[in-house]
Amino acid sequence: MKTLYHIFSILILSIAFIGCSDDDDKNPIEFNPVEGLNLLYEIPAADHLAQIYSEKQSLEVGYNEISIRIKDLGNNQYISNAAPTWVPMMYMESMAHSAPHSGLRNAEENTVYKGYIVFQMASNSTEFWEISLQYNLNGNPVEESVRVSVAEPTNGLKKTQVFMGSDNERYILAYVNPQSPAVAVNDLQSVLHKMETMMSFPKVEHYKITVDPRMPGMGNHSSPNNEDMTYNGTTQMYHGKLSLTMTGYWKINLKLINQNGEVLKGEDVTEANPASSLYFELEF
Amino acid sequence: MKLSINVFPFRGICMGALGVLLCGVSASSLRAQESPADTLKFVELNEVIVISAGKQLDHQKQRKPLSTLDEFLESSLSVNMVKRGAYAWEPTMNDMASERLAVTIDGMQIFGACTDKMDPITSYVDVSNLSEAELGSGQQGAMFGNTIGGGINLKLEKSNFKPIGWSGSLETAFESNNSMRVFGGELNYSDEKIYLNTDVIYRKADNYSAGGDREVEFSQFEKYNFSVNSGYKLAADKSISATLIYDDAKDVGYPALTMDVSLARAVIGAVSFNQDSLFGGLSNWESKLYYNTIKHTMDDTQRPEVPIHMDMPGWSETAGFYTQAHLNKERNHFFFKLDGYYNKSYAEMTMYPENGNEALMFMLTWPDVSTTNVGFYAEDHIPLEKASLKFSTRLAYHSNFVADDFGLNSLKIFYPEMARTNTRFLKSFSAQYHKMLKDFHLNAGISYGERAPSVSEGYGFYLFNSFDNHDYIGDPGLHTESAGEANISLVYKKPTVEIKAATNYFRVFNYIIGIVDPSLSTMTIGADGVKIYTNLEYAQLFNATLSGRYTISNAFKLSGSVSYHRGVDNEGENLPLISPVAYRGALDFYKNQYAASLSVNGAGEQKNFNPSYGEIKTAEYAILSASFGKRFFIAENSLFVKTGIENILDAHYSSYTDWNNIPRMGRNFYLTLSYSIN
Repeated sequence: MKTLYHIFSILILSIAFIGCSDDDDKNPIEFNPVEGLNLLYEIPAADHLAQIYSEKQSLEVGYNEISIRIKDLGNNQYISNAAPTWVPMMYMESMAHSAPHSGLRNAEENTVYKGYIVFQMASNSTEFWEISLQYNLNGNPVEESVRVSVAEPTNGLKKTQVFMGSDNERYILAYVNPQSPAVAVNDLQSVLHKMETMMSFPKVEHYKITVDPRMPGMGNHSSPNNEDMTYNGTTQMYHGKLSLTMTGYWKINLKLINQNGEVLKGEDVTEANPASSLYFELEF
Repeated sequence: MKLSINVFPFRGICMGALGVLLCGVSASSLRAQESPADTLKFVELNEVIVISAGKQLDHQKQRKPLSTLDEFLESSLSVNMVKRGAYAWEPTMNDMASERLAVTIDGMQIFGACTDKMDPITSYVDVSNLSEAELGSGQQGAMFGNTIGGGINLKLEKSNFKPIGWSGSLETAFESNNSMRVFGGELNYSDEKIYLNTDVIYRKADNYSAGGDREVEFSQFEKYNFSVNSGYKLAADKSISATLIYDDAKDVGYPALTMDVSLARAVIGAVSFNQDSLFGGLSNWESKLYYNTIKHTMDDTQRPEVPIHMDMPGWSETAGFYTQAHLNKERNHFFFKLDGYYNKSYAEMTMYPENGNEALMFMLTWPDVSTTNVGFYAEDHIPLEKASLKFSTRLAYHSNFVADDFGLNSLKIFYPEMARTNTRFLKSFSAQYHKMLKDFHLNAGISYGERAPSVSEGYGFYLFNSFDNHDYIGDPGLHTESAGEANISLVYKKPTVEIKAATNYFRVFNYIIGIVDPSLSTMTIGADGVKIYTNLEYAQLFNATLSGRYTISNAFKLSGSVSYHRGVDNEGENLPLISPVAYRGALDFYKNQYAASLSVNGAGEQKNFNPSYGEIKTAEYAILSASFGKRFFIAENSLFVKTGIENILDAHYSSYTDWNNIPRMGRNFYLTLSYSIN
């Protein structure tokens, strides 16, 4: 029986290999450093071009990973010494404010500068977001800016929380990963920023965010072996584990706890209290 | 002629020592017949339930022909049936159920496709195509597979090249309580060169009513079964045969569960090759290749109130073989069997959220588990002076493999380090001794056996058990369960009187059972908690039976039995589904083609129950039944008429085997007509 099974497996495998062999004949595709990303905005200038890429089709409220490339039109090359910085700005009718964002780094690919922005709100006809970029081009500082449109996520799921903690500080917590949740133990990541001023949103380090996933549609079913999110100095994000026992709609109940063990936001889920005021929503 | 015919009028079963008489129809009959001709030649604790005795039938002696296979099995002293409704009862032996038994159909391994045990494999055959059920208690059942509690083999009925020519029969039955209609027919041809047996049976039942005319909702069922058995002689000493069974049940209600079954379908096929002798003195060489596939679909759409609607289909596919032969030496009679199977079990659950905009909730409840088992069984029967010895062993390789990544990742939520493959080596040894002292027969034996966890125990993912109202999660790291067993029986036997006292004791190590993990959150809405299949250090099971029969006269026979059972875990807590004291008695009459019987069966109060498995104390009960039959001759053909009343006093009762204590059937009249054409 076992032997039969092996023979059968080998047969299947060999068919699979025969099936694949066609692909080998094709010419190897040239490596594209922005493979899989969407070019959302292009900022044209006289002698160069700045490009804004995202994995998404458009920018959305919440965490957005963004890639920037700058093309020197003189030699048609993407430059790797631009050392760009950026500032996102929201211009409302009576005020303006920035958004939590990271620096831009070209560590993975030297012509692609990567970073993230957490947009707290959507843009509309009278209130808009602008990303301004400063960078060096052939030794000269350049500043360019582009108006971007930011929409609420189409699925309507809450993945960004802007709140006042019990320490009277204003925080922004945004969901990062998993982008494709699975019925498994998922690596859970989020970013946490504090709103110091309208313009300053520093990262918050060394807090803890507890994780309690629930399915409200299944009598608040939960899952085992979740891990609270703790700060990771390398990625500068909060990392934890998220167990999802089935597909469907999940509410990830959270509590934000500071270094002194004080709960800044969120509550335990109990019979009487079915959900925390701090949460993410997932559906898959 | 098919129907269900008991050779023993008083009970329809023949226990242990009675097997001596019955060796002619038992599995090892061929070997037995070749041993020295004394009554000691064949000593087995095996029991044979005769379902159909072919042409030598004596229909009149069958209390209730055309009853379901479940009812037949339940008529055995050593089998109890766990009931979740009127259909698809789950057999237990020595107070152990499916996962601890080896249940085969004509030697073929078949595994149910339902995660909630709604389709024991006994539900995929019908009495219409069976000749008998062979039962082996404990390791006496190891011939059929790895087992702890015992083995059951359902033997298909075959004409086997008997020179009969054409024959056929038509049969029908009606039961008043649930308006069950049964229609069946068979057409057979057999000569020395070729045989062909075909039969079809259809059953449809409405809801039954418990005692006091209280209707038990969702207890209906409908099923049909079709089978063909054929054989062809290649030469005087060689033949090939083939089997095909198609079984289809629809609209099966399970009053004890939260859902019903819209479809349970099995296709079972086999080809075999038989040869009288083989090299080196081996004889009766038989080899079989088989395949079966089962689809099982649960359905809750008929239920008025469900917290959440769900679809739960399951599939089970098995391919296997065996090859076996006898070897008769001067002092030793050997039997060898090499067998193997490959099974794939896959089950899923899709739940439909109340908010129709939300994504469907999907999980794999059986993560496409492939099981490969290859085993070698050998036994040696040694006749001695007024005594005999039997040794047997089974050595098997058993491997589980989780084929589906989704399922593997699901289980890794609970067991991050679990491996995809789990391999074990299973061993079984047994020694039985039989001694005859004048009118007494002494049987005693010791044995050791092992079994691998079932797919549910190893890999189940949130399987809801409505009895204890818990979700169950398997554990792929479970240890092999093993058992040491001792049995002893003493039979006093005279032509008119027979009394048998039998007892056995199992000490089961690494006993697998669900244990609550309070840290886990339930999946099923309304469930009380989550249990994880866990190895207990050990559990102990004890069974004792006293039975007897007395032939009052040629026409009247009296029989009776009483049994005691006990099962406790390593902390002295009661195990679930252990029978209280149970008893039966019957008076049978048979003369001049007339037959009648009056029988009683009952049980004492279930004192040893365990509330943490959902059990409550089941009250004592006694049920009275009667039957009456007559055989008419019409030309060369026969018409059998049988009628009877079950539960005459219309008692409202439930037994310890009734899932969630659903009440059993109340008063029931039945009528069976069978016309056999020779």
